[in-house]
Amino acid sequence: MKFLEYKAKAIFARHGIPVPRGVVASRPEEIKDPPRPAMVKAQVLIGGRGKAGGIKPADTIEDIRATAAQILGMDIRGFRVRQVYVEERLEIERELYLSLTIDRSAREVLLIASAAGGMEIEAVPKDQIYMEHIPTLVGIQPYVLRSLVRFLGLSGNVGEQVADIARRAYRLFREEDAELVEINPLAVTRGGKVVAGDAKLVVDDNAEYRHLEYARLDQDRTPLEQEAHEKGITFIQLDGDIGVIANGAGLTMATLDVLNLKGGKGGTFLDLGGTDDPGMVAQAFEILLKARPSVVLLNIFGGITKADTVALGVKQALEGLHAGVPVVARIKGVNEDRAREILAGVGMHTADTMEEAAELAVRVKAGGA
Amino acid sequence: MSVLVARRTRLLVQGITGHQGTFHARAMREYGTRVVAGTSPGKGGTEVEGVPVYDTVRDAVKGKRPNTSILFVPAPYAKDAVIEAIEAGLRLVVVITERIPFHDALELVPFARTKGATIVGPNCPGVISPGEAKVGIMPSHIFTPGDVGVVSRSGTLTYEIVNAMTQEGFGQSTCIGIGGDPVIGTNTVEALALFQKDRATKRIVVVGEIGGTAEEEAAEYIADHVTKPVVAYVAGRTAPPGKRMGHAGAIIQEGRGTAESKAKAFEAAGVPVAEYPVDVAKLLADT
Repeated sequence: MKFLEYKAKAIFARHGIPVPRGVVASRPEEIKDPPRPAMVKAQVLIGGRGKAGGIKPADTIEDIRATAAQILGMDIRGFRVRQVYVEERLEIERELYLSLTIDRSAREVLLIASAAGGMEIEAVPKDQIYMEHIPTLVGIQPYVLRSLVRFLGLSGNVGEQVADIARRAYRLFREEDAELVEINPLAVTRGGKVVAGDAKLVVDDNAEYRHLEYARLDQDRTPLEQEAHEKGITFIQLDGDIGVIANGAGLTMATLDVLNLKGGKGGTFLDLGGTDDPGMVAQAFEILLKARPSVVLLNIFGGITKADTVALGVKQALEGLHAGVPVVARIKGVNEDRAREILAGVGMHTADTMEEAAELAVRVKAGGA
Repeated sequence: MSVLVARRTRLLVQGITGHQGTFHARAMREYGTRVVAGTSPGKGGTEVEGVPVYDTVRDAVKGKRPNTSILFVPAPYAKDAVIEAIEAGLRLVVVITERIPFHDALELVPFARTKGATIVGPNCPGVISPGEAKVGIMPSHIFTPGDVGVVSRSGTLTYEIVNAMTQEGFGQSTCIGIGGDPVIGTNTVEALALFQKDRATKRIVVVGEIGGTAEEEAAEYIADHVTKPVVAYVAGRTAPPGKRMGHAGAIIQEGRGTAESKAKAFEAAGVPVAEYPVDVAKLLADT
């Protein structure tokens, strides 16, 4: 789950991390008593807002509303701006960087910081980046905070504030089931206050049951992906035109790869998972067909379930839908000959291997089969 | 010989009274695994498929001395169940459960290490040593005993590859499905280390996918420590960046974790990478 900046900042504030004052609006006239002078910031789930003209200063209320009117409705790298955040403009003296993420190899939390904030961390030279693994069983210790402050060349009150923010950010990371907490810039103001200038927060989808308040957040999904998500179907829209449906994430990815090698282009990633329940299969096909594929490529490795049982489920599902789209099916497993008969009986093209199926899908699309 | 699971395995099924637990307890026993006990809080004293059910893992250990556990416990209760198993002295815990928050795994994996226990998974198909024991949910009939060790982040894709291997005459010593999550108990490098040491394993297959740097680290490890021939496949060459491809761990972030980077790392380490999944079996023929 990704969070818009203003929502992330509300959570930061709840964890005691200082953030600038601000108001959110989806129409200019909603902006009543904003902080002044202000920054007007597009709220979209993608980076690079500033470069795209989605972040602008404004001083008076008229100016703020006019700027908001400009930014609202903008298209930023494919994302429509539906809300702006009007935020107190900080007088920034220094920009730092602070983030928490996981190191998958070490299987520990990774704290990253730099005195060179305000730019992408990837662009910062390695020797200017502070990195520390935090062992989950013991948490962040004071010595880590001390060495962080020293590395950043901070001292006194500013150093204490940064240490406190790092400690709170770690607690937020753990308590909110975050996969990313990023504060860039972590701003030091002329008045010597340390404030989160921006806030990036991504929370583990699998932890949704522990944070039901986040379940309804807007995500960077297409409307169809959102519909699938609500039905519990793993579905991603891609830019090709062949609808790929398979079982298991790895096999679905591999099917897309094989299709590509055979000259086709996948338009969907749909992972049926372990289901052979005709109702679920029907729902999955329904979503898939809404993506308007020219051909459907179905690749199932039967596994525990017998191939003919899966085939019956697919047959039943498709009969109910009156699809009209050609389907190339390959179902592997126990009783696969019987499975082929069932599928061929309802007019599907069948294949033995996934390579053959991919080739056939490309031919069917071209009208050659 | 084999790794992780073998004839000596005495298996406890945690969550045996659920649909999945019951189904796979039977399938594993039919394969020849010694399924000695199950747990399900509140159902102690009953039986499932002739397997005695206990309320707690400690009771099961007292009664039947299992040394390995497999988990079919729902995600919200999985952390508790893994810790219970490790505290009761089990040394290998295979976590089938999917959708466990990775913050739970961030606690479980180091906890297991401090207790000298091994976790496989979560979100994995399990481990099978063909002809000896199956501690997992994979279809038994596609496996056959042999000398190839397989480590994979995926389930059905592994079945596809193993099926082709079996047809081409390449049997398996052990297949370890390490799971598709970002934080897992046994990673590719650790699985490679097990296979390198195992005398029954003569060759190794690594099935990787996009996301993270497990394959890059595996390639480095192979170059430095593995003397047995290794063949690889990497899924997700056509996956778009920023999208999570079904597995929580399968995502290209900030240009990192691409299939190209992984394939390149393998090739630099002298590990041939199959273009098509079925080609793994062909590449094995050349080793």
